[in-house]
Amino acid sequence: MSALEVRGLSKAYGGVQAVRDVSFSVDAGEVVALIGPNGAGKTTCFNLLNGQLRPDSGEIALAGRSVVGLRPHQVWRLGVGRTFQVTATFSSMTVRENVQVALLSHHRKLFSLGKPAGRFQVEEADALLARVGMQQQAARPCAVLAYGDLKRVELAVALANRPRLLLMDEPTAGMASDERQALMQLAAALARSERIAVLFTEHDMEVVFNFASRIIVLHGGEVIAAGAPDEVRANPRVREVYLGNA
Amino acid sequence: MSGSAVLLQFLNGLAGASSLFLVAAGLSLIFGVSRIVNFAHGSLYMLGMYLAVSLSGTLGFWLSVPLAAALVAAAGLVIETTLLRRIYKAPELLQLLATFALVLIIRDAALWAWGPEDRLGPRAPGLAGAVAIAGRQFPQYDLLLICLGPAVFIALYLLLSRTRWGTRVRAASQDREMAAALGVNERRLFTAVFALGALLAGFGGASAIPREPASLQIDLAVMSDAFVVVVVGGLGSIPGAFLAALLIGEVKAFCIGLGYSELTLAIEFIVMAVVLVFRPWGLLGRPLAETRGPGTLQPPLPAPSFLLLGGLAVLLAIVPVFAGPYTIVLLTDILVFALFAASLHLLMGPGGMPSFGHAAYFGLGAYTAGLLLLRAHLPMELSLALAPLAAALGALVFGWFCVQLSGVYLAMLTLAFAQIAWSVAFQWDRLTGGSNGLIGVWPAPWLSSKQAYYYLTLVLCLGAVALLWRLIDSPFGYALRAGRDSPLRAAAIGIDVRAQQWAAFGIAGLFAGVAGALYAFSKGSISPETLSVPRSVDGLVMVLLGGVQTLSGPLWGAALFTWLEDSLSRGVEYWRAAIGAVILVLVIAFPRGIFK
Amino acid sequence: MSCKVLIYCLFIAVSSDAFGQGQSIKIGELNSYKVFPAFLEPYRKGWQLALEEINRSGGVLGRQVEVVSRDDGGTPGDAVRVAEELISREKADVLMGTFASNVGLAVANLANQRKILFLAAEPLTDKIVWENGNRYTFRLRPSTYMQVAMLVPEAARLNKKRWAIVIPNYEYGQSAAASFRKLLTWAQPGVEFVAEQAPPLGRIDAGAVVQALLEARPEAIFSALFAVDLQKFVREGSTRGLFKSAAVVNLLGGEPEYLDPLKDETPEGWWVTGYPWREINTPEHRKFRDAYQKRWNDYPRLGSVVGYCALYAVANGIRKAGSLEADKLIAALEGLQMETPFGGILWRPLDHQSTMGAYVGQLAKQGGQGVMINWHYADGAKHQPSDQEVRALRKE
Repeated sequence: MSALEVRGLSKAYGGVQAVRDVSFSVDAGEVVALIGPNGAGKTTCFNLLNGQLRPDSGEIALAGRSVVGLRPHQVWRLGVGRTFQVTATFSSMTVRENVQVALLSHHRKLFSLGKPAGRFQVEEADALLARVGMQQQAARPCAVLAYGDLKRVELAVALANRPRLLLMDEPTAGMASDERQALMQLAAALARSERIAVLFTEHDMEVVFNFASRIIVLHGGEVIAAGAPDEVRANPRVREVYLGNA
Repeated sequence: MSGSAVLLQFLNGLAGASSLFLVAAGLSLIFGVSRIVNFAHGSLYMLGMYLAVSLSGTLGFWLSVPLAAALVAAAGLVIETTLLRRIYKAPELLQLLATFALVLIIRDAALWAWGPEDRLGPRAPGLAGAVAIAGRQFPQYDLLLICLGPAVFIALYLLLSRTRWGTRVRAASQDREMAAALGVNERRLFTAVFALGALLAGFGGASAIPREPASLQIDLAVMSDAFVVVVVGGLGSIPGAFLAALLIGEVKAFCIGLGYSELTLAIEFIVMAVVLVFRPWGLLGRPLAETRGPGTLQPPLPAPSFLLLGGLAVLLAIVPVFAGPYTIVLLTDILVFALFAASLHLLMGPGGMPSFGHAAYFGLGAYTAGLLLLRAHLPMELSLALAPLAAALGALVFGWFCVQLSGVYLAMLTLAFAQIAWSVAFQWDRLTGGSNGLIGVWPAPWLSSKQAYYYLTLVLCLGAVALLWRLIDSPFGYALRAGRDSPLRAAAIGIDVRAQQWAAFGIAGLFAGVAGALYAFSKGSISPETLSVPRSVDGLVMVLLGGVQTLSGPLWGAALFTWLEDSLSRGVEYWRAAIGAVILVLVIAFPRGIFK
Repeated sequence: MSCKVLIYCLFIAVSSDAFGQGQSIKIGELNSYKVFPAFLEPYRKGWQLALEEINRSGGVLGRQVEVVSRDDGGTPGDAVRVAEELISREKADVLMGTFASNVGLAVANLANQRKILFLAAEPLTDKIVWENGNRYTFRLRPSTYMQVAMLVPEAARLNKKRWAIVIPNYEYGQSAAASFRKLLTWAQPGVEFVAEQAPPLGRIDAGAVVQALLEARPEAIFSALFAVDLQKFVREGSTRGLFKSAAVVNLLGGEPEYLDPLKDETPEGWWVTGYPWREINTPEHRKFRDAYQKRWNDYPRLGSVVGYCALYAVANGIRKAGSLEADKLIAALEGLQMETPFGGILWRPLDHQSTMGAYVGQLAKQGGQGVMINWHYADGAKHQPSDQEVRALRKE
């Protein structure tokens, strides 16, 4: 059974068909890239997957369980972590507190009025930060971080829940080249070691072809190609879309 | 109702809708472009009325209307360039505080300039009489008004859709940053739009004088009407405002026509609540464009200083030893309001939910305490203990609807619920004592001395504040803040933001209820003013004065505001204006709250 | 910064408590000057005139009288705090004032708790001397009930069958309507009430209200509107021809505070309670009017008379009691007879209501101004329910 199974997904805004009859699947431990030119429907796809948008039709199943109609916080409970294209962190908190809040949620302590949140699961939070290389900056407020560092905090936050599926929307945008490689290496390693299914979108083709085991190409809301990197690279339709528009 | 009666009431509704639209259009325009929630819009309207009444004495009515409108526009220009321009960068709610200060100042200025008596304007020459419609007499001037609303609507529509300037205004109201990137000169645009809004307010006021005397109380009344219309229509939407004005004008006219005139006490708020529950962005509004960036940038919340609270408690505990009895009475009030403000702060600060109707829970606490004591004959101690639960319950009921919304819409829905609660207390004579309220709500004998009651208040209020602070520091508080900082991220890590906010409503209501019950027993009586808009606004002012971004801010804000009001009202003739001036100075000097 | 401010606040609060006590008799006066300035400015001038007269003639009990006047903020909560301040910091011997009924009741309730005499000058609510009456509270002005009772004979004499009622939607209006229904039905059996409109105070939608009244085809209208509401009602009603087909009886409509703004639009023929200050030529009124006009270069309003009489009542009470003790003051005021610009009045021991009356007459226009004609003085003593009814209401 696939970690993520998408069948016939469609979504329209007003008159615009943003996603049309999209089907694909991602297996546990697999790193899959979702690519396509701007406006191809990648982010819409992600928003459908984690429940921010409700599809007009189609089916989304996590390990065989349908998640259509669930709200994002419910989808997360089923093991879906997500990073955003424009990073979203809690700017009034420190780096560690950002992770602690995710851990609180994981341990279902969100309505606890007990001991101060700052003292909760400090080691676990620091361990997660260490994984993404942010342990040095744990006490810094998020509001002052560099963009690349925010992306890493987001990844740590997304991992707090031991996800089965990790959705990464342009995880390396705004990073320097070596940072990109490092972050994606981390994600790929996690996928292998923890059997996490990773689905990511990316503009940097080097990153895509280095790390993705499979690639899905969206254009105009439709899947125009899918398969191993070499197959996709050779696909004439993909070449037309990318080179034709370039 | 007969057919002709329906027709006539329909026309009455149209005339009412026209005047509503005139004042609401300006407010909507200003909000759409500059995101300023202009509390002083009703004051500009009032200014228009007074100016037109005075000018019509020498110039005649028809000349006085455009002239008064122009003068009000000039006043708007001065306000924008000297005051508002300095605080566009400040947090949104602080601008609201500044415009509230303007309300106080303009009202006292009008009192100084025109005296206390209501001024009935002249009838419009040439349109002073009535025409026969369906066998009834209908005022000619109302027919003009009926045309005036649509005329202004069309003029505004053409201005916004057919001119370059209008394109800029629309760009700015849809996406400020985009407009700036396209080279729109924000500064000049903001000034012009504010002046245009003021012009419309002034025109609305001036054109109302044949129907309504100029009076000092009109400002807040018009302000709340205009707010309701703008919110029901959808913020920033002129066609929405037009539609909402029609809806509210007609609903009001038919309430009266069908013999339910008592309903007009709160009908516009009932309409607003219903509309917002079903259409969270008003009739024709759209979700507000989010400011871009990594979530809304929120400064860190300092950890609660229980040391400070302890020190304060010790200091306050020894005050009765050396201070006179009145100091104790005043401090009791201050403590009660400090708790009230702190409970509001939970919603506004960590919760990120501006509430314009927090007095509802204060009043629910006060009324429940009074009713349990007087009607159920429970002991005072038990009444005091149970009252906050009723307030919490009320907050949970209202809050359930409110947390479905955000921003100004949420704020206005809290206001609507508070107004509905107020009108119930006001109208339900048998239970609540109606407008007179409940008399004889005194504490138990062992608490009847001012000192004993002061110590009770001290223990309960500071204890409650300590609990609130601890709560803000708890996992619950963090999850609440997470939802405010970035709703997107919060949802993506499993936080049900609305559930968190809903619980916060209940808790804030509980503590506001404690404050309200304490207030009731300290005064010996309760009347509907405990849940009125001014009480809500006082709470808002206290929180904003102290600063939303601090924990202790609301306490200092409450102390400063209550003390200012007490001491200024005794010695200063124009004390409202003086309070307004103090607030303005503070806003400009400390745009993030004084005690930052 | 925060600590400094706090200490400063405390310092001010503490230091201002330390004012000493003078030799003068202190009367704590509180009223909603900022909320109802139109009515209360004349009121203030009234008691100021009385104060000057009293002190010029040697004060009371050989001591000068001092009035410590405060703005009560217009809300019961603030008013109670202000009253506390007058009692505990200013050491006032007597409290006096208030305008709105809810504020008056709250202060009366406090006076009862703190055992200090309170002379409610303006509030009209029946409850302040009846349901919520207490030992320490006295009220000067004729109540809503009394003023309605004064108008009912005129209403009955109109001999109209179909009546409509329009009142501001709060306790004053509601109890006026209830009393009017009761008293008129009693005076004129078979009378019908065909419509009732209760617009919010100060927010009447006059066009729609007048239209709704017209649809009910009343032969007469009882109105308790005043101030802005009255002005709007008069203008819309005359434009739409309401008053051509219906006679009107309007509570308070002849008080200069509400009548004067109507100017040449004053509706003629309405029966009202009020104060025809120009034409009352009794010696006591003439003396008051002359003194007032000389002192303030302005004519007296009803509020002026109320303020003037209220302070005199307090002074006379103290004089009779020969003491400032609350119990003795109460005993002295109960049954006290005194002269006022309206003639002699008595403070009823039964319910602490004064028998001050009001002038009942008809509105007319003279030289572009509204005036009262065909007026007579209605004595407050004669427009009361029976003592038995009052005792039943007063739960003490």
